[in-house]
Amino acid sequence: MDRTGLLWMLRQMLLARTFEEAAAREYATGSISGFLHLYPGEEAVAVGVLHAAEPGDHVVSTYREHVHALVRGLPAREIMAELMGKKAGVSAGMGGSMHLFSREHRFLGGVAIVGETFPLAIGAAYAVAYRRLPEAVICFFGDGAVNQGTFHESLNMAALWKLPVLFVCENNRYQIGTEIHRHSAVVEVYRRACAYGIPAVRENGMDVLAVHGAARRALERVRAGDGPQLLELETYRYRGHSMADSGAYRPAGEVEAYRARDPIQFLESGLSGSLEGHWQAACPGPDCIASFGEYCRTQGHLEGDCFTRLEQETVQEVQEALEFARQAPAPDLQDAWAAFRCNRRGERFFGREPT
Amino acid sequence: MTGLLYWQALHRALDLEMDSDDSVLVLGEDVGLFGGTYRVTEGLMAKYGEWRVRDTPISENSFTGLGVGAAMLGLRPVVEIMTVNFALLALDALINMAAKIPFMSGGQFPMALTVRMPGGVARQLGAQHSQRLEHTLMNVPGLRMVVPSTPQDAFWQLRQAIRSDDPLIVLEHELLYFRKGPVDETLPPPPLHQAKTVREGQTLTCIAYSRMVEVALEAAGILAGMGIGMEVIDLRSLSPVDWETCQGSVQKTHRCLVVEEDCVFAGAGAELAATLQERCFYFLDAPVRRVGGINLPTPFSPDLEAASIPRPDTVVQAARNLVSGSGNLR
Ligand SMILES: Cc1ncc(C[n+]2csc(CCOP(=O)(O)OP(=O)(O)O)c2C)c(N)n1
Ligand SMILES: [Mg+2]
Repeated sequence: MDRTGLLWMLRQMLLARTFEEAAAREYATGSISGFLHLYPGEEAVAVGVLHAAEPGDHVVSTYREHVHALVRGLPAREIMAELMGKKAGVSAGMGGSMHLFSREHRFLGGVAIVGETFPLAIGAAYAVAYRRLPEAVICFFGDGAVNQGTFHESLNMAALWKLPVLFVCENNRYQIGTEIHRHSAVVEVYRRACAYGIPAVRENGMDVLAVHGAARRALERVRAGDGPQLLELETYRYRGHSMADSGAYRPAGEVEAYRARDPIQFLESGLSGSLEGHWQAACPGPDCIASFGEYCRTQGHLEGDCFTRLEQETVQEVQEALEFARQAPAPDLQDAWAAFRCNRRGERFFGREPT
Repeated sequence: MTGLLYWQALHRALDLEMDSDDSVLVLGEDVGLFGGTYRVTEGLMAKYGEWRVRDTPISENSFTGLGVGAAMLGLRPVVEIMTVNFALLALDALINMAAKIPFMSGGQFPMALTVRMPGGVARQLGAQHSQRLEHTLMNVPGLRMVVPSTPQDAFWQLRQAIRSDDPLIVLEHELLYFRKGPVDETLPPPPLHQAKTVREGQTLTCIAYSRMVEVALEAAGILAGMGIGMEVIDLRSLSPVDWETCQGSVQKTHRCLVVEEDCVFAGAGAELAATLQERCFYFLDAPVRRVGGINLPTPFSPDLEAASIPRPDTVVQAARNLVSGSGNLR
C-alpha cells in the first residue's frame, strides 16, 4: 500500500478514537444520553475493512456503528449531531446513536436488535444480484450475534443463492458481560461458516494491514460472483459494553494489557515524555493505532511530528463536530411526521382528506 | 367483468404488477415450483424466472428481513408468509425493521414491501394454525394493513399495496380463497384504505372486516326479516381506519355493533369501539358493542371450533339485544 493509503488509515483510526472519546465526555456532561456503545480498541476492523470497500458497496452495521459510519464518509459533525438528537443529524434526529443511516453513502444502518444485520444484508445483496450490479454488501456483527437464528437462516440463503455479501464478525470476545466461552459452544466463529459452505478466514483484528488484506481478498471473490465470504476479526473493546457498563466482569489486567499503548489515552493524559517513548516503554501491547503508527514510522512515513500533527488534525475535526452539533437545533414534531410519512408520495388513503 | 375466485384475483393482481414493473418480485415458502399454498403464485415462476419468484427455506424472520433489505435498495418485494401463525417468527422483521427504518433514518429509505399472509379460523386446523394477528400488527405505527373480503378488493388492494412505497400487510383469510365474485379490471379502484357500505340500513350499524363481512351480511338478511335494518360496513383496512365512513353511518343509525373474528379482548374491535364511542358519544342510543372470538386457543373439535367465533346467529342475537337495549352480549 502506498503512503497515502497508509496515512489515510492511520488518520481514520485516530479520528475514530478521538471521536468516540469525545462522545464519552459529552455523555458525562449530559449532552448525549440514552444508549451509547463505543468502539475504542476495535478501530482496525472498521478502517481495514472499509478501506477495501468501493463507493458503490453497501454497509450494514449494528448499534456500535459510529466508526463504521465515520470511515464510510458520513460527516463527523452530522454523526455527532445525531448522537445529540439534532435535526442536522444523519437521521434527522429520529434515529440516535444506534440508528445512523445514509442513503447517499449506502449506509443501511445502524440496527439495534442483535442479529438483524444478517437479513438486511442478504436483502440488499439480493437486490444487487437481481440487478446484476458490480456491488458488494458488507455486513458487520458481533460474536454474540452468531447464536441468533438469523445468522444461520441468512448465511444459508446467502450461500444458496450466491449473494454478494461479506460477513464481518467483530469478535471482541464479549456479548455485554458474557465471555465467549460462556456463550458459544464453538468459539472460532469462522468455523460456523463451514456449515453453509461459505469460505471463511480468521484474522488478527488489531492489525489494520492484515484486516485490509483479508477484506480486499474476500471482496474480490464476492465481486467475482463466488458468493458470500466470512471474515472473523479478533479484536477487543477497551470500554464497557455501553456507557452504562463499567466492564467490571473482565479479569484484572485484561483491558490494560490491550490498552497499554493507546496513544490517544497517552496524549490526553497530559503525561510528559514522547509518544515514541511511551510506545516503547509499554511494549508489546496490541493497540491497533500504536502498532500501526510504529509500522508507519519504521517505513519512513511518520517523519518528525507527523503523528502528533495527524492527531491534532483529528482533534480539531472532532472539536468542530462538537461545536456544530451542540448549537444545532432539535427537530420538532412536524419533522417527525415528515420522516414518518416519507414514503406516502401524496397517496390518498380515503376518498377525502382525513379530519 | 369476469367472475374470479379470491385466489385467482390475487394471482391476477400479482401477474399484472410483475408484468408492468420488473422491481416487483415474490418470495416465500413454496411460492415457486409448487405455486403457492393457496395457488396464488401458480405459474409465475415459469413466467418470470427464479430471481423474481423465489422459493425460500423455512426462515420467516430472515426472508421477511430480506424483503426489507431489498426494499431499501428500491425493489418492491411481495413476501408471502404461509399463514399468520408463522408470521410470529417474522415479527422482528416486520415490526423492528420494516415499520421503523424509514422513520429511524429520518425519512431516507423507501419501504415498498408487501407482506401477504392468510389468517383466521379455517376448518379444524388446531390452535396453532387458527390464529389471527391483526391486533398485534394494528398496534405498530409504520405498518399499514388491508383486509380484503372479496375477489374485487383482493385484486385492487394487492395491486395498490404493491405500488405503495410504505410497508403494507395484506391480511387474507384462509376460508375466502375459494369464494367467487365479480372482478372488473377496468374500473378505477377506490382509495386503498376506504371503507365501503355493503348494505344499507337504518336501525343499527355493523362494522366488520375480512370473512366476518359475509357473516354480518347473512345476519343482516335474517334481521331484515325481523324488521331490523342493519347497515353493514366492510372496513377493508385496519390501519389506517376510515373513521369518517364509520362515523357517518353511526350518526345515522345511533347504534353500533363491531364484529371481529379475532379474540375480543384487546382486539381490533376494542379500538373501533373506543374510538367510535369518543367520536359519536352524543349520537349513540346505546354503548357500542362487540361480538368476537372467545378468549380461548381455538379448539379442535368442530362444534366447539365453530362456537368460538362469531356466526350469523350470534350476530343476530347481539343486534337484537343492542336494538332492544337488553341482554348480555357475551
Ligand atoms: C435480540 C436482542 N437481544 C438482546 C439485546 C441486548 N444486547 C445488546 S448488545 C448485546 C450483546 C451483543 O454482543 P456482540 O454481538 O458480541 O456485539 P458487541 O456489543 O460485542 O459489539 C445484547 C445482549 C439486543 N439488542 N437484541
Ligand atoms: Mg462482542
